[in-house]
Amino acid sequence: MTYALVDCNSFYASCERIFRPDIKNKPVVVLSNNDGCVVALSKEAKQVGVKMCEPWFKIEKPFLKKGGIAFSSNYELYADVSSRVMQTLEHLAPKVEVYSIDEAFLDLTGLRDLEKFGHECRETIDQWVGMPVCVGIGPTKTLAKVANYGAKKYPATNGVVDVTNQERRRKLMAIMPVREVWGVGSRINKKLNSLGIATALQLSELDTKLIKRKFSSVLERTVMELKGYPCIGLKEQPATKKQIVVSRTFSRKVTDLNSMNEAISDYTSRACEKLRRENQYCKMVSVFMRTNYFRKQDKQYHGSMSYKLHSPTNDTRDVLRATKMLSGEVFKKNINFIKAGVMLSDFYDEGVYQGDLFRAMSSRSGGKELMLTVDKINSSGIGKITFAAQGIKKTWSMKRFLQSPRYLTNWQEMPIVK
Amino acid sequence: MKIDYLGDATEEDLPLLEIPYFLNTVRVGWPSPADDYVERPIDLNEYLIKNSAATYFVRVSGDSMINANIGDGAVLIVDRSVEPTHNKIVIASIDGSYACKRLLLKPRVSLMSENPKYPPIFINKEEKLELAGTVIAAINLY
Repeated sequence: MTYALVDCNSFYASCERIFRPDIKNKPVVVLSNNDGCVVALSKEAKQVGVKMCEPWFKIEKPFLKKGGIAFSSNYELYADVSSRVMQTLEHLAPKVEVYSIDEAFLDLTGLRDLEKFGHECRETIDQWVGMPVCVGIGPTKTLAKVANYGAKKYPATNGVVDVTNQERRRKLMAIMPVREVWGVGSRINKKLNSLGIATALQLSELDTKLIKRKFSSVLERTVMELKGYPCIGLKEQPATKKQIVVSRTFSRKVTDLNSMNEAISDYTSRACEKLRRENQYCKMVSVFMRTNYFRKQDKQYHGSMSYKLHSPTNDTRDVLRATKMLSGEVFKKNINFIKAGVMLSDFYDEGVYQGDLFRAMSSRSGGKELMLTVDKINSSGIGKITFAAQGIKKTWSMKRFLQSPRYLTNWQEMPIVK
Repeated sequence: MKIDYLGDATEEDLPLLEIPYFLNTVRVGWPSPADDYVERPIDLNEYLIKNSAATYFVRVSGDSMINANIGDGAVLIVDRSVEPTHNKIVIASIDGSYACKRLLLKPRVSLMSENPKYPPIFINKEEKLELAGTVIAAINLY
């Protein structure tokens, strides 16, 4: 077997640069919801000393002074760029597993001149999408990850490393800390270190039976893969989602039921939109809300509640009625809420559900067409339709002051050229 | 016989189904010969976009490309996978922003406007020309 791992470099920060040639070599950071902390940073930002997860208010002044640029998360942009990268990979390789928003595994079994393919991959994605990537190639998925680590870490590789050659593999693993191995978390890392295992190479030389006894069969599989025996295959079909969660942190504390109902309704409508995009129907609806754990002076509370609908639906109005009722139940007075969310689960495909003989599948006729129309209008960029329950002022909604335009997904925000 | 009352069958939100007690007529015979020729309406995406992964839209501001029929406010379809060869209209990075220009590779590399008001931009050998794709179509609304 031969696998490749294609991984985008500083994905969010690179997305922000595609339509901004002026920030090509500048330090770029992307901030979390409510512009709280750094969730992604470019190489240049690393070089001026910014670290992942740092609170924005702490670094804002010195960072901007050094010529840095900050963006609020622009998920519309990232999702679209991600799908373009994946689409490009589908052009290049017959079998692709989308592993995360910025990584994909390819099955290259049978292909010769792997390194050349790696460079072609890099150049094509750069030209078509404008996204820099690194490619790691190896006989197992875990070794492809090892190779990718090398491609990222050492610029002399030009972003492509092939470790199908045993000698090269050993050389790279000898300088790779064991905590960088795919599947080795911080706890396992500590335990391995205490046993004197510091590098990937040392881990790969351990006896698998011993690993299974002392750790787990999961780590045993990792060691097998490091030795070059493929144990993890390619999953081309992404599993259909089992649940959809929409939750956000508020920009200010919420203490009144009205604002809470508005927020819950807003998340409900968003979740239903996602549900329809997956062509699924749900039967279980849950609502949760909580306080800020870090405000020790506040009374703490975390509540959640679920409701089972009579029959599966993806009509926002049906789900809204459930979440509104749940919201009233979970909500408590005199509590400072900081976060709330809606979860949909127990999914059914269209037409799969065995209906109730005496009860209609949905209480509304034309509901499907109505929802389709709402989704169409909302994605057109011309206007937005919301349910009255979602509220108008949304004083609780997220702060995203530094957001870039949704270049690829909105007619009003496409890039301007002179 | 003992009967437990379990509740009203018409409770809550869902209406009772009306179950028809005779069904519609069943058609017997040949299916319509037109069924195999169902056509979809003409799709502009199909006409304008060849490689969706590499294609994006930009809006034009200004009149510098007016003689190439690219007016103020036009939407350009840009395909990054089309090689920017001599005489193609391209999106180029000029002083940190993107601009639409005609690319000439001979007699020397230059970016030309399609309006005599704007002078050509010559690219020196040591300068790196940054391109963000080839313009494959322009949409003007009248």
